[in-house]
Amino acid sequence: MNLSNEFRDPDLCRRVLEQIQHLADSPFRFMEVCGTHTVSIFQSGIKSLLPENISHLSGPGCPVCVTHDLEVNTFLALAKMDIRLATFGDLMRVPGSRGESLKKAQAEGAKVDIVYSAFDALQLAVNNPSQDVVFLAVGFETTAPTVAATLKVAAQQQGDNFFVLPMHKLVPPALQALASDPETRVDGLLLPGHVSTITGIEPYMFLAGDHNIPAVISGFEPLDILQSVLILLRMHREKTPAVINNYKRAVADQGNPRAMEVMQEVFKPVDTAWRGLGNIPGSGLSLRKEYLGFDAREKFQPAPVKPEANPGCRCGQVLKGKILPPQCPLFSCVCTPAAPVGPCMVSTEGSCAAFFKYSL
Amino acid sequence: MCLAVPMEVVSIEDNVAHVEVGGVKNSVRLDIVDQMPAVGDFVIVHAGFALRCLDRQEGLETLKLFQDGLGLELVK
Ligand code: SF4
Repeated sequence: MNLSNEFRDPDLCRRVLEQIQHLADSPFRFMEVCGTHTVSIFQSGIKSLLPENISHLSGPGCPVCVTHDLEVNTFLALAKMDIRLATFGDLMRVPGSRGESLKKAQAEGAKVDIVYSAFDALQLAVNNPSQDVVFLAVGFETTAPTVAATLKVAAQQQGDNFFVLPMHKLVPPALQALASDPETRVDGLLLPGHVSTITGIEPYMFLAGDHNIPAVISGFEPLDILQSVLILLRMHREKTPAVINNYKRAVADQGNPRAMEVMQEVFKPVDTAWRGLGNIPGSGLSLRKEYLGFDAREKFQPAPVKPEANPGCRCGQVLKGKILPPQCPLFSCVCTPAAPVGPCMVSTEGSCAAFFKYSL
Repeated sequence: MCLAVPMEVVSIEDNVAHVEVGGVKNSVRLDIVDQMPAVGDFVIVHAGFALRCLDRQEGLETLKLFQDGLGLELVK
């Protein structure tokens, strides 16, 4: 039996929803920071069922959306060189500073392969030994260990034509930056289930401890999400902020130490810039000395176009929860999923794309 | 792209598990999974790797608590 089905039980969902309605007598704003939560909240209809007092914000939870212009311009510069790029499909249409994208580059002759995993990218390199292959490594703690494990395998192999462009981001430092920003107004945080599978609960403790923000690690089925919202609401009302693991079937409190170890063996934390959030200390990953030979920046020295501010796009404010996508002047008139202006409209997990698809 | 899904292990060869859910079949690497799964276990799959064995017992307990009293005692 697949347990997931049980976590969609409409009757149980209704009962939890009734409790939420009962308690929602004043405004309550909760933020999720995971693209899968974003999609699930819209798709399951939870968004429309929640009482008016409860607002849902999508924070910086989609790796594609938070990838900085400079990083986008860097891989677009690589696409112009004699290199084969391997990427997750999500990056194909992300626009660079001059409106180019991997998709356009591909149409103009660049070699770009969509892969399902970093390991597939390594296979591509093994099968094409005369061609340099660069894997575009985006993603949070969920994805970074898969790239690290792939590099460990690559280090044992013969070939010297496999490289990665590390663009990973770490979630807890970004939440630290958000929680410390006086302009952020969030009453509770829904923590990302799959990132937490790797990190465990400890890195989030500061939310309640230092900032009095209740936070709940949540799964992705409707029942998981409703239940987590109810727990947040209760802690908010009772003024008893804590960090709670409500996804125990997938998240051990200590996380996955094996995956963390592999990640830390290959990568080390560095300061990095997020779209919309700016530079955040310790929130990125760069390759350790032993693995620098795999670094595409070192090897190919790409010269990215200097990022220019994108006039009108308010992704930054959307990612911080300061505005909702329809409050962006470009939303749905100039900026649509077919012709995205900003990355929040590109990825299906982006806040703007989800609003466009499900609210219009 | 963060999507991770629970899939059932149907067979294991060295460091690779063959997994399936709803008729969709896949092969996933076991380099970073928290513990070695057995055939019949569900694992959370992301980008070609198994991240963790799903804890069925925890899942069932959470559900039972939901059913009995909406599970709120669970999290205290
Ligand atoms: S609607 Fe488009 S332009 Fe506006 S914030 Fe979203 S992605 Fe940017």
